[in-house]
Amino acid sequence: MRDVGSNGSPRIGIYVCHCGTNIAGTVDVKAVANYAAGLPGVVLSREYKYMCSDPGQELIQQDIRGHKLTRVIVASCSPLLHEHTFRHAIAQGGLNPYFLQMVNIRENVSWVNEDPRAATVKAKDLLRAAVYRVGYHKALERKKVPIDPHVLVVGGGIAGIHAALTLANAGKKVYLVEREATIGGHMAMFDKTFPTLDCAACILTPKMSAVKTHPNITLWTYSEVVGVEGFVGNYKIKVKRKPRYIKEDLCVGCMECVTACIFKEARFPDEFNQGLSKRKPVYIPFPQATPQLVLFDPEACIQLKSGRCKQSCVEACDRKAIDFRQTVEFEDITVGTIILATGFQAFDASRLPYYGYGIYSNVYTALEVERLINASGPTGGEVVLRDGRKPKAVGIIHCVGSRDEKTNRWCSRVCCMYSLKLAHLVKEHTDATIYNFYIDMRTPGKGYEEFYDKLLKEGVHFIRGRVAEVSDWARTPDEEGRLLLRVEDTLVGTVRRIPLDMVILAVGLEPRADAQDVRRLFNISCSTEGFFLERHPKLAPVNTFTDGIFIAGACQGPRDIPDAVAQAGAAAAEALALIDAGYVELEPNTAYITEEDCSGCRSCIPLCPYSAITFLGDKKKAAINEALCKGCGTCVAACPSGSIRQNLFEDEEIFSEIDGLFAHDVAVL
Amino acid sequence: MSYWYYPGCSLKSNGKPYEESLLAVLRALNVPVRELDDWNCCGATSYMSVDEVQAFSLAARNLALAEHASRQTTEKGVPQLIAPCAACFLVLTKTQRYVEQHEHLARRVHAGLAAVGLEYRGEVRVRHPLDVFLNDIGLPRIAELGKRRLAGMRVACYYGCQVVRPFATFDSAHNPTSMDRLVEALGAKAVRWPLKTRCCGGTLTGTIRDVGLRLSQLLLQEAVRRGVDAIVTVCPLCQFNLECYQQEIGRTLQEPFRMPVVFLTQLMGRAFGLPEADLGMRRLFVPLAPALARHEGGQPAHA
Repeated sequence: MRDVGSNGSPRIGIYVCHCGTNIAGTVDVKAVANYAAGLPGVVLSREYKYMCSDPGQELIQQDIRGHKLTRVIVASCSPLLHEHTFRHAIAQGGLNPYFLQMVNIRENVSWVNEDPRAATVKAKDLLRAAVYRVGYHKALERKKVPIDPHVLVVGGGIAGIHAALTLANAGKKVYLVEREATIGGHMAMFDKTFPTLDCAACILTPKMSAVKTHPNITLWTYSEVVGVEGFVGNYKIKVKRKPRYIKEDLCVGCMECVTACIFKEARFPDEFNQGLSKRKPVYIPFPQATPQLVLFDPEACIQLKSGRCKQSCVEACDRKAIDFRQTVEFEDITVGTIILATGFQAFDASRLPYYGYGIYSNVYTALEVERLINASGPTGGEVVLRDGRKPKAVGIIHCVGSRDEKTNRWCSRVCCMYSLKLAHLVKEHTDATIYNFYIDMRTPGKGYEEFYDKLLKEGVHFIRGRVAEVSDWARTPDEEGRLLLRVEDTLVGTVRRIPLDMVILAVGLEPRADAQDVRRLFNISCSTEGFFLERHPKLAPVNTFTDGIFIAGACQGPRDIPDAVAQAGAAAAEALALIDAGYVELEPNTAYITEEDCSGCRSCIPLCPYSAITFLGDKKKAAINEALCKGCGTCVAACPSGSIRQNLFEDEEIFSEIDGLFAHDVAVL
Repeated sequence: MSYWYYPGCSLKSNGKPYEESLLAVLRALNVPVRELDDWNCCGATSYMSVDEVQAFSLAARNLALAEHASRQTTEKGVPQLIAPCAACFLVLTKTQRYVEQHEHLARRVHAGLAAVGLEYRGEVRVRHPLDVFLNDIGLPRIAELGKRRLAGMRVACYYGCQVVRPFATFDSAHNPTSMDRLVEALGAKAVRWPLKTRCCGGTLTGTIRDVGLRLSQLLLQEAVRRGVDAIVTVCPLCQFNLECYQQEIGRTLQEPFRMPVVFLTQLMGRAFGLPEADLGMRRLFVPLAPALARHEGGQPAHA
């Protein structure tokens, strides 16, 4: 066993935190502190209600001075939360911040143990391991690395737009990368917004134009991020720009080519209108599309498919903007921070065949109805059925793909409110009888409950119960040709059968199909349901576990426009905080090479996921760039000569910790 | 691959035409089947509600027999047990799930089987004919054999409640389509109807008669409304309820029906051009012939 006293005879102070009852409710903190007092090198051992409080930190600083402590151990929560706090505290007290060791007796002990006796034993074991280790801690320094002031925003929905504008207005250069041909995202498809019923386009399009014209924003639509390297302050990004077959600098969006296209009729499903109308192979997604550029659909354009078209579009274009030889291009940029605002996808309603979507033509999704209501939509704002009739009775089914064990378990948060909005708008457009079928009405938000109240007064029917099925099973002559909805009305306690002309499915929000690919690309995490994971659900809601990468909007979880905008502002502020600091401090837990032991075998070089290791040709030795090293330890473990070591994970530190863990004392057990 | 065939009581009695036509169709498709020797009741309905352990043990005996029989052969691979009756299919599937998931039940079932020198290892795979047709044999092969096309014929594919519920092992629980795809491969038109899995009345026709008949009537009415030539089913009880009670429903509810209700395999056999006698056609109370005659003539043999 290693003698802890031999390493400069540390004078260790121990602080066991109650964390209110979070720890003390399960762990006998007094017993742990008393036990630790008798461990080798320990000068004093205290327990205290909240170590992270100012008096708690003050206590440590006084002890450092009064008792000449050289090492400090805090047994409390996860180092993820308060390691920074306590390092700062002991630095203020005059010690090197890395002379601290934290022992996690909350997440690793009290929160996961029900048996107080076992929890107390485990807390003592972990604390003893720390005592054995901390004496070997070396004084370390944080390195400062300058931060690149450019910001990458991924996703041009309302969240991405707002984040980009906020940063650009603060004078920062922003790259906004959008996968689709236009920015605007889902919000651009909406007709009105709840609860104020202001026109979505009227409030969104000014912001879209501002993005386009802002001198600090470089907007790349129809583009995707395909490569991410580097670290906070210094990310190297590769962006793939898909060919529109249009020279962006020449096209003015006059649409002459669209008129001239040899397809006289629009024949291809119009994505923006949810397939409810048709477009040509060359098109602009919608009137306010930003940028106002046409694009060619390679799956539909005859010239692109076969090369045998008379190209009347080319002839029609005075500005010679059409270029069928265009290919994929790549842009390489460097940014310091990244904001991901990649949004959500709507639940695919055909996954629930009992609601009849894709089976009965008059069953619509909410997004389809948004387009029907919209004046620039497929029917010019007329809410009509596929055969042109106005519906007389309309049912809105809530929670389709939400709060459902068979599909998605979460509440999608926006559907109750948008269902109310659609109920109001459809009633306004058609004067139909409207039914809402809900499980619970969830309307928290400023003015939301009042809006619900308004709808109740407008005479919209609310039936509480999950709908069983929608069918065309007519049983009487007047039911012929209509949709029949069956539902248990749980307030009345009866099964109802309601004939309707139109059914609207309030589909939920879910992670995008490629969220996992994006997660891997940016090296962030997803929560179990697949939305991007925030660093802390309450206190770091737009941060991720990767420094310098932030998330905003519905990619983090279902949310409405006000919340998405608020989050986008927060993410922009976080990026600004980093940029304006001018530099980032890097953790010193990096690997380093003892040159005299390195044989120059180079086996570490290809293993490094961060490309932080280079080979010094003159010396025939490997060298590690501290700024790039993330301290993953892969090279340390792989080095055949043992010449790579890692700060805070030195052999003596690790082995002593293990020794300490197993140095059971019979009295403890 | 060869299959063990578990008939259950229905296919030897009121579901006889199902057995005859199923075996004829499998023969035509060159799929060897062997009837399980010494099989017993699947343990359905009454047993299950009286004593679950006994019911599961009964079902497990059949599974154990299939595993045992297949070990006596030189064939490799997972033993396949075809259970054509919807109730048998459900009970055997349910037994497998329950024995796998509930240790206390498994212990008692295994002990019961051991007492008669049998062992159930959970190796056998219970298969419904729809699953075998679609996933083992495949639509192209079936379409190829369907020389006497059913073109023009409109049918309502009726799955009943048990084939895909609660265990949707090979098709959607809410909107099964395997039977639709099979009949369409043979040239018939499977009409869209939302009553695919709705209750036929089950055993209520024998207990609470008016309720049972009412449920059958709803199905028949809707089939008529959709203008079908026949209802096609894969459940002996559904077939029995929908066919045999038509007169009685007509009498009590003043609504006469004359709707052929046939087993899928009868229709397949017909499309394959197999002799009527091999398909149990003459056992039907409401003959299929008039409906078929309506659509034949103009339609040449599959070229």
